[in-house]
Amino acid sequence: MLPVGYYLGLSAVLFTLGTVGVLIRRNSIIIFMSIELMLNSANLAFVAFARYYQALDGQMFVFFVMTVAAAEVAVGLALIVAIFRTRQSINVDDLNVLKG
Amino acid sequence: MTGQLILFIILALVAVASALGMLFSRSAVYSALFLIINFAVVAVFYLLLNAPFIAISQVSVYAGAIMVLFLFVIMLLGAVQLRSEHTLTWQQPLAIGLGLILMAEVVYLLATQAGLSANTSAVPEGFGSPQAVGLTLYTSYLLPFEVTSILLLVAIVGAIVLTHQVKKKE
Repeated sequence: MLPVGYYLGLSAVLFTLGTVGVLIRRNSIIIFMSIELMLNSANLAFVAFARYYQALDGQMFVFFVMTVAAAEVAVGLALIVAIFRTRQSINVDDLNVLKG
Repeated sequence: MTGQLILFIILALVAVASALGMLFSRSAVYSALFLIINFAVVAVFYLLLNAPFIAISQVSVYAGAIMVLFLFVIMLLGAVQLRSEHTLTWQQPLAIGLGLILMAEVVYLLATQAGLSANTSAVPEGFGSPQAVGLTLYTSYLLPFEVTSILLLVAIVGAIVLTHQVKKKE
C-alpha cells in the first residue's frame, strides 16, 4: 500500500476544489454537486484510514455517509425543484428573499 | 510498489482534472458527467485500498442513483444556462485565494505529520469483502443501520411533500 499521506493529500485537494466550487458557482445544482464532491473526498480519507489501521469501522462510516448523501440529494433536489417553480430561477443570487 | 504509484498518479490526475472540469464547465449536464468520472475514479481508489464492497456501492449508489437523480433534475429544469455575470465581482478571486490557502494549510499539516507512512503489513483475509462488511454492519453497527432506515423514510416523505403541488381551489 502507498503511504496513507498520498490518499489524504488527494482527498484534501478534492475537498478544496469542492469548497471553491461552492464559493464561485451561482447555479444551485452545481453547488450541490460540489457538496457531493466534498463528501466523496471525506469518504476517500475514511477508506484510506480504514486500510491503514486495518479496521473496518472506516468503511462503515463511508456506508453511512453514502446513505446520508442519498437522503440529502433527494430532499435537496426536491427543494431546488420547488424553488424553481416559485422563482423561475436556480441562480442563488436571485434567491434573496425568504418569502415564497 | 512503483506500479501502484504510477497507477495512483494517473488516477489522481484524472480525479483532479474531472473535478476541475465539473467546476468550470458552462453546462450543468457536462458538470454532472464530469462528476460521474470523478466518482468512478474514486471507486477505483477504493479497490486499491482493499474495499471492494464500498467500491461497488460507490458505483451503484453515487455514480448510479445519485447522479441519475441529478441529471433528471437538470433535464426537468430544461438544462438552464445561467447568465455568467456575477453580482459580486470580487467574490470569485477571493474564493479561489481562500481555497488555495486552505489547500496550503492541509498540505503543510500532512507534510509535517510524521508517522503516517506506508502500512506494509498484509491485510487479513477477506478484509472489506461483503461478508466482513455485513458482519460488522449487523453486529457493531446495528443501531446506526436502523436509524439509517428512518433517515431514508424521512427523505422519501420530505421529497414527496416538497414537490407536491396543491391544486388551487377556485
